[in-house]
Amino acid sequence: MHKGYVLPLAMICCSVLFPALICGAAPEVALNQKQSSYELMSAENKAMQDDPSLNPAMFWVVEGESLWQTKSGSKNITCASCHGDAKKSMRGVATQFPKIIRGNLQTLEGQINQCRTARQGASALAYENKELLALTAYVATQSKGMPIAVKETPSNQAQLKKGRQWFNERMGQLNLSCAQCHEDRAGLKLGGSPIPQGHPNAYPIYRLEWQTLGSVQRRLRNCMSGVRAEQFEYGSPEMAQLELFLMWRAQGMPLEAPGVRP
Amino acid sequence: MSKTSRTQVTVPATAKKGSIIEIRAIVQHDMESGFRYTESGKLIPRDIIRIFTCTYNDVEVFKADFYPGIGANPLIIFTTIATESGTLEFKWLGDDSYEAVHQARITVS
Repeated sequence: MHKGYVLPLAMICCSVLFPALICGAAPEVALNQKQSSYELMSAENKAMQDDPSLNPAMFWVVEGESLWQTKSGSKNITCASCHGDAKKSMRGVATQFPKIIRGNLQTLEGQINQCRTARQGASALAYENKELLALTAYVATQSKGMPIAVKETPSNQAQLKKGRQWFNERMGQLNLSCAQCHEDRAGLKLGGSPIPQGHPNAYPIYRLEWQTLGSVQRRLRNCMSGVRAEQFEYGSPEMAQLELFLMWRAQGMPLEAPGVRP
Repeated sequence: MSKTSRTQVTVPATAKKGSIIEIRAIVQHDMESGFRYTESGKLIPRDIIRIFTCTYNDVEVFKADFYPGIGANPLIIFTTIATESGTLEFKWLGDDSYEAVHQARITVS
């Protein structure tokens, strides 16, 4: 209780004394105040995520592991042909996405497709395709427990700014922004369910409501349809910008992939 | 759904004779209820697992009927008594001649 009072006070002091810091490089919320939506789950759902013998997402991870070693495309090479053992080469990779690659903002899914089309000579996989989810889950789980490392850099600055704008912009018939729920009202309830802070720290997730694994973009589209807005397209630049902002906002939180959510 | 799919079973590798052992069996399956429609209004046919059985050295120790109300990737946790060393066989049978089999060894002392 006591600690809860001191921290906001300290932040107010900072903002009065150093207003410039607020728009600085570090996310404005201290790491110890960021909460994974894991903390809001029931003990049963937590156990489901933590125990690989209960976590249904492990089927996708195992599938991803076999796809990693499966030859594909006109070049007839596997992911492992270039990247070797994913346990070594993919460690920490998912904590850095979305990131700027050759001037373009790229999501993890986008980069997997980039490898498929440019290196393997295979076709790009659609979002929410089982194989793409399996590969994403396999790559992401290599970074399990590692802190999210998306930082503001001169190259991603403009995209991050756009992402922040999407996060704060009201949208849809309900005229709500992401921030109004996930920042201003995080911890309160919406229709009986707790409102999480909205950190993308466990994707891809096995969502019990979906009965399957899903990407962060699927989850974002959920909220957009919830506020009756026109959804951003899968794989669109807007999605990548919003994803970038959210990952930057969740900086330092350990990755839980593959997560389980109700 | 394919004709078979991935399964995962958790059984203790060793157990004391007469002790109660916990078994977890999870299977990858869409469990399409048969009550859903496509966007164009066409009924999606039912495609579910119908029967799950567990045999312990060819003796049936657990059996369950599955119904459309059971969710995707069903997990079953049950117990049995460790009677003797041998093989536990798990079998899932479903619509459209779906079949998945998993075997696990146990050493009872």
